[in-house]
Amino acid sequence: MILTKEQQAILDGEKGETLAKVMKTLVMYGDAFEAEKLVPITSKYNHLVTSFGLKVMAPVYDLMQQLLDAGVCSEQKFSVDPRPLDKNVPANILQNLVFNKFMYTKQSFYEDQLGKLGLMDKNAFTCTCYMDEVGNKPQKGDVLSWAESSAVVYANSVLGARCNRNSGIIDIMGSIVGYVPYFGLLTDEGRRATWVVKVKTTKKPEAQLLGSAIGMKVMEDVPYVVGLDKWIGNELNDSACAYLKDFGAATASNGAVGLYHIANLTPEAVELGESLIAEGAKEYIIDDAELERVQKNYPVIWKNPDAAPKLCFVGCPHLSLEQLKDWTLNLESELKKNGKNKVAVKTVFTAAPAVLEAFEKTEFAARLKATGVITSYICPLMYMNNPLCKKMPVITSSNKLRTYTSSRYYTDAEILTIITGGKN
Amino acid sequence: MKKFQGRVVTPGEVTAEAVVTKEGFNTLASLQMALQFGDKEVKCGDQSNTELYGKPLLGKALCLPQTIGSTTGGLVLYCACSMQKNPACMLFANHIDSLAAAGAVLADVWVDGVTMPVVDSLGDEFLNYVKDGMKITVKPDGVVEVE
Repeated sequence: MILTKEQQAILDGEKGETLAKVMKTLVMYGDAFEAEKLVPITSKYNHLVTSFGLKVMAPVYDLMQQLLDAGVCSEQKFSVDPRPLDKNVPANILQNLVFNKFMYTKQSFYEDQLGKLGLMDKNAFTCTCYMDEVGNKPQKGDVLSWAESSAVVYANSVLGARCNRNSGIIDIMGSIVGYVPYFGLLTDEGRRATWVVKVKTTKKPEAQLLGSAIGMKVMEDVPYVVGLDKWIGNELNDSACAYLKDFGAATASNGAVGLYHIANLTPEAVELGESLIAEGAKEYIIDDAELERVQKNYPVIWKNPDAAPKLCFVGCPHLSLEQLKDWTLNLESELKKNGKNKVAVKTVFTAAPAVLEAFEKTEFAARLKATGVITSYICPLMYMNNPLCKKMPVITSSNKLRTYTSSRYYTDAEILTIITGGKN
Repeated sequence: MKKFQGRVVTPGEVTAEAVVTKEGFNTLASLQMALQFGDKEVKCGDQSNTELYGKPLLGKALCLPQTIGSTTGGLVLYCACSMQKNPACMLFANHIDSLAAAGAVLADVWVDGVTMPVVDSLGDEFLNYVKDGMKITVKPDGVVEVE
């Protein structure tokens, strides 16, 4: 890798041993991908994936402390993934004991570290930092040092920013030196599609199911999706963005997708069209039968597969303001149809603190509360990491949550039916 | 014995028993429970990975195409190395992915006294040939001997 004089000086230790190790990490990381240079980060804010003070992650906090002790902090402020705990979310005495005494014992300590390292706001804890209400929304062409797979794929695909699927810790290291290695999704070549996915369904495909199918098929490759605009339109409005948020999270967690193009919709696909498709790209056709096959193949890992669900999570990744409103309307309608007032299963809707704050200012907040649904800023995945929660029959419409936990996946429509006491 | 030439990502020399997956290795899903609750053998906790689920990973030569999943993957691998709960080596059939590379590099630069050689680009033939329980020797120049 060719470094500038300034970068080489840092690597040589002229600005201290710790900063030299940070630079060495980035250079070795870039070397693994034959990166020829480091390029400046241009986004206003960074986004980190590590939000949890999990006792077992002590080596991460030790490393962060090394950075703080050496005065090596990020000049770029950042948002970070959701908090792992929220008293609003139902948990019994034993589950709370495990949360507070065994698992997230370092939460306060770590949040204090994050504050010192450059957290943009004390409530900037969400996986959907790009929501308008949160304010960490990069511009098209911005170079980022973000982690969080669902945020990276959204920033690349929907916003047209440029970011590799960086790991936690690498994210902040890029931000500290102000540079990231130039490879992969930062390059024009790396953004070309090596798969063409043809959507031939007879109805609007479920975002999280379609994303899952594509992720499992293309893994880390870039798909160019044709035929989806028929269902979600040609405009990146609230509805399309929410769909792509959920779709992308599933491609990233069920596979390792960092960028997708949607024909006639996402910015680069609109600008460059099929010239984005690389020569020899493979083809994957998705019809109703394929989506059904994918959903049927998800393993059900509950001890009793017929158990009645005890908890439902909706909002992984965090819901948008419009999604919260839509869910409220759908719940009211379905409950009325079923002759009920409250949800039949304890249900938690998760969203960014700033989105929840905005939601509280609308008439929908009281209406949602009346249905019995709880709102929270929590990370459902962190909740489900508790082995006592893992044993519970939990349902979700998140394919990311399904992938990482014992929760069982249902489509949004199926979830609506179940939690309102209808038959599924 | 058969030899495969790969590319050294992080150097080292080690001999260990193979555990093999042809599916993407989800680092978070595979390691988090074992690390969190002190599983001495570091058994794979990823229920979606039918080849590895429940198998011990500690001290094994982990043979895989690539890693997948959450971008916490690299730091989880870094933590595993810091806690000396890591595989003996990681051998990738494909070019290494960004999350595994981050974990390998973070361990190499920031963890003292732990070496986890990582070799990539060993090819599909490597992954088709190697089976669970085979003896693997990783050489410093990226040669991997399988017997």
